Amino acid sequence: MALFLAVIIRDLQLAKRHGTDIAMTLAFFVLVVALFPLGLSSAPVLLSKIAPAVLWVTVLLSAMLSFDQLFQKDYEDGWLEQLIFSGLPLSMLVLAKACAHWLITGLPMLLLAPLLAVGLNLPSKSYPITIFTMLLGTPVISLFGTLGAALVISARRPGLLITIIVLPLLIPVLIFAVSAIEATGDWSAIRVRLLFLGAILSAAIPLVGIAASNVLRQSLE
Amino acid sequence: MHHISNMNRFFCIANAILPIFCVVSAGMFPVGLYYALIESPADYQQGDTVRIMYVHVPAAWGAMICYLTMAMASAVFLIYNQPLANLAARAAAPIGAGFTLIVLVTGSFWGQPVWGTGWVWDARLTSVLILFFLYLGYIALANAFEDPDRGGRAGAVLALVGAINLPIIKFSVDWWNTLHQSSSLWRIRGPSIVPEMLLPLLLMGCAYFSLFVVMMILRLRGLYAGRLLRQMRIAAASR
Repeated sequence: MALFLAVIIRDLQLAKRHGTDIAMTLAFFVLVVALFPLGLSSAPVLLSKIAPAVLWVTVLLSAMLSFDQLFQKDYEDGWLEQLIFSGLPLSMLVLAKACAHWLITGLPMLLLAPLLAVGLNLPSKSYPITIFTMLLGTPVISLFGTLGAALVISARRPGLLITIIVLPLLIPVLIFAVSAIEATGDWSAIRVRLLFLGAILSAAIPLVGIAASNVLRQSLE
Repeated sequence: MHHISNMNRFFCIANAILPIFCVVSAGMFPVGLYYALIESPADYQQGDTVRIMYVHVPAAWGAMICYLTMAMASAVFLIYNQPLANLAARAAAPIGAGFTLIVLVTGSFWGQPVWGTGWVWDARLTSVLILFFLYLGYIALANAFEDPDRGGRAGAVLALVGAINLPIIKFSVDWWNTLHQSSSLWRIRGPSIVPEMLLPLLLMGCAYFSLFVVMMILRLRGLYAGRLLRQMRIAAASR
């Protein structure tokens, strides 16, 4: 557990030192969301209707930009190889990395989402559900992205490749999250969709842990 | 060495069965298409549009079988490190992508007159689209590394993770109330499809399946030759 926390703290410190990397991801997030009201300035009603989809699609796209370096540097400077001797199971390392990634990118996006929702004219009673879907959905993005990052270590064009292999896996998250927000007011419909998101998250934790640790072991052979 | 003798034995068998499947495929397609397009009755609601089904449904079976082949080969490759399994998974991927494309395009042609729309975002259609993207992702990932073995391993993990999609495709029509109708063939009380329509469907299914086998063997041969060529080049360069 101490090692698990150590990996998270190390990643947070690294992120603090390269603060611009996170700032750029978040800037991309805000910028793309801001483009929609500008492009749709003549139709504010339409904007509030598509707000959940805009928010979620932008979250997915900006998250994709943050994965390509997740393991690459650790792999190149030998840290990943050293870690095998530390006694921490590789699956725990993967989960720690995903955890750190969520704290660095998922959480800030979650905190920014309500602010951006104001700009998108999202009805105010949809806010709590939006936060809930993000709370359940963004960790899944971090998990699958971590798997993607492990898969593309030392590949050509890693950034593009991650997007192509991870986005299809995240389509269910997008569908359930957006339809939950759109179902505002109908509590039983929301509940079903949030349960689906929770199920995806709880399935993704062991799945990604096993799959990504397998991939990391191969890349170190 | 053990692997090479395995490969040789496999290609001995594969080369022996290849002509059989070639003949079956070449014979089944005209017969199946004759029954499908001319001999079988038109649907009382859909009219002649129903004939698209004979191309669409077997292609969907093919797309699923391809992914199943790919996922099983990937598992064998990861567990037993059997190079033939890596080649099999690589061979199946583009074939499956082709079948999936046929399913999506013919489905759209069929949907245009019957549903009034070429595409709806229901569970079945969306999960098949995800299947198509998974094939593309696998192909992109498997070819993204200098070392084909490393690419094969990375791809194998992706193929296995994506295999969750298969039961979702199969049961999406039962779990969700979708626009896409549920299967009328695989039912506990036997197929609910009339024999005149079942016959061309099964003929086309056999034709597609033998075509799949033919393409698999041809692609495996090509991939194996490419692999030998690569080994020879490396050996020549290091001499």
